[in-house]
Amino acid sequence: MSALPALPVLLPILGAASAVMIGRSVAVQRAVAVVTLASVAAVAAVLVVIADRRGPVVAALGGWAPPVGIALVADRLSALLLLVSTLVALAVLVYAISQRIADFGRRIASSSFYPVYLVLSAGVSLAYLSGDLFTLFVSFELMLTASYVLISRRTNERTIRAGMTYVTVSLLSSMLFLTAIALVYAATATVNLADLSERLDTLRPGLRTVLALMFVVVFGIKAAMVPLHFWLPDSYPNAPAPVTALFAGLLTKVSFYAMLRTQTLLFPHDRPWSLMLWLAVATMLVGALGALAQNDLNRLLSFLLVSHIGFMLYGLGVSDARGLSGATLYAVHHITVLATLFLVSGLITRRTGTVALDRMGGLAATSPVLAVLFAIPAMTLAGLPPTAGFVAKLQLLQAGAVAGAGTTAVAAVVVVASFLTLFALAKVWVRAFWGRPAATVEDPDPHDELEVGTARTPWPMYAATAGLVVVSLAIAAFAGPLSGLTGRAGADLVSREAYRVAVLGGTADGPGAP
Amino acid sequence: MSATPPTVNLVMAVTVAGLFSVGFYLLLQRSLMRVLLGVVVLGHGTNLLLQLVGGPPGRAPVVGQAPAGSFADPLPQALALTAVVITFALTTFLLALGYRSFGLLGHDQVQDDVEDRRIGRGAAPAAPLPASRGDGEDDGDGEDGDDADDGDGGGADHARPDGGLATGSSARFRRGVPGRPGSPAPSGEER
Repeated sequence: MSALPALPVLLPILGAASAVMIGRSVAVQRAVAVVTLASVAAVAAVLVVIADRRGPVVAALGGWAPPVGIALVADRLSALLLLVSTLVALAVLVYAISQRIADFGRRIASSSFYPVYLVLSAGVSLAYLSGDLFTLFVSFELMLTASYVLISRRTNERTIRAGMTYVTVSLLSSMLFLTAIALVYAATATVNLADLSERLDTLRPGLRTVLALMFVVVFGIKAAMVPLHFWLPDSYPNAPAPVTALFAGLLTKVSFYAMLRTQTLLFPHDRPWSLMLWLAVATMLVGALGALAQNDLNRLLSFLLVSHIGFMLYGLGVSDARGLSGATLYAVHHITVLATLFLVSGLITRRTGTVALDRMGGLAATSPVLAVLFAIPAMTLAGLPPTAGFVAKLQLLQAGAVAGAGTTAVAAVVVVASFLTLFALAKVWVRAFWGRPAATVEDPDPHDELEVGTARTPWPMYAATAGLVVVSLAIAAFAGPLSGLTGRAGADLVSREAYRVAVLGGTADGPGAP
Repeated sequence: MSATPPTVNLVMAVTVAGLFSVGFYLLLQRSLMRVLLGVVVLGHGTNLLLQLVGGPPGRAPVVGQAPAGSFADPLPQALALTAVVITFALTTFLLALGYRSFGLLGHDQVQDDVEDRRIGRGAAPAAPLPASRGDGEDDGDGEDGDDADDGDGGGADHARPDGGLATGSSARFRRGVPGRPGSPAPSGEER
């Protein structure tokens, strides 16, 4: 047993606590936040290496052995997603710090932003690492409660409406989650994931299906799966740019991870899963078509976010090792690229003073840096070779092509949705970056909470965004080793043996639990 | 940990079902206050369900106090306790949000999304310069003037009787809404 998996949860919580206690000094708060997330990223990197070499790392909290006590488990899938999420959270944090210095000055700032940010990242880490359903529930609540605070900090008539929608829908899905946990407990008398994966196999098929569908609904709401996606394009665009980027990068992917984990470990499918494939088709098409109708840049990106959740659901629907590997790789790529695009959208908004595409223009001429920063993630999201999006999509398509006729047909929808994505992003490019430069109005009062015009953009905001672009390019450059890792993660998800042995111990020769 | 009981307490099951129905019904209302009550009732329903799945009641689960078979299952109680705390925290948050909404808007009705409605109608984008994120299309195409800071004669026109999403629900909430409680709640960053 190792204490390592506890650190990604413990460090941000301690960081948040100390940031609250030293709330008077904003500079120290910033330093604490950056150092904390950087150390979590380092721990996550170590966990990836250990999990890949020696199998899942398990921490049994309080010294209670897993079926009874709470266990934190870092296997290849969770450690990899934890690493990418933390890197994205770190980049967004640098961006947010820089933006807050520009907007509010060096000294005056709220004392609650950084603690809440750290609590949110603790929740994200706990969600990736939790080894039982109830800890998963607690981690979602930790993460979502922090996100409620972040999304409703700048309140005016519009954001309050967005906040209400977001909070109500999230609360409803949390209640359903709790209900699902209660029913699972009634059926099996355990909430430990590894234990459940054995006990659920013995249940009647009808009961198993009902429980599986409850989890699909719960995580479908949280991951913005069509037709449960309606809240996302309503609420995300109304938060400040770094917060939107953080949510877009992390929250829906954590929910997708939870869906991936529960569906593969608890309710495995040995053939392609037609319900999930249909949901994937709906999600891909509704999201992409919704994006085409938008004029607000952030709403357009939100719909694209929904659309690309469908790509991951497709990988889950294929349900073999290749499909799950493709879904994992796609999640890694998606976390990075969506956060980047929302950060770029924030930069564009500061330059043009608007989010309406028809009031932008000529940015390619007036700000070539911005054009490059937008073009690379846009091409990545659309999946043009040789970007990371292409690599991930190719793996999904290959998985679909060999899994059967049905999945091949859905693979065609994947291609169509990719073209629609490209079309929507080309629309942004034509309207915002080409044409006559639009007249801009400077923000008359840059230090208030309203952003009603252009604002100065300090260089660290560009640097943070560029850093994420580099991460995204690195995913493409190291696609070979990375897809090897996700391939092994996919095989783990299908076999389930390594996870069970690592958590419960046992007779197999898994070296994971010393 | 006791095994699953072969039968379920019928009274408890009916109570849980009733709480769920009431909770979902309230969640579907437009008033944030009723939504809040819906969340509270739904929370009670789930907590009761957690208690119910723990099996029949038994002695206090302290080792050495009672024979091994007579314990109540402690795990659902621990889960319910955690869930109660979480629901409590989120209820206070929703209350604060509702109060903020009341302070800013003069009512606590959930509004339709202006941009959604505009796209749904296929209308041209709003004419004047909309501000950036945050107050986006608020000063946009004129039809959403009613959720601005007008003196607020009655809550009914906030339910947008002009179509689509609001139809049917507007009449139900035609309660008098008092004026703003003092000055609007302070918005934005707490400095």
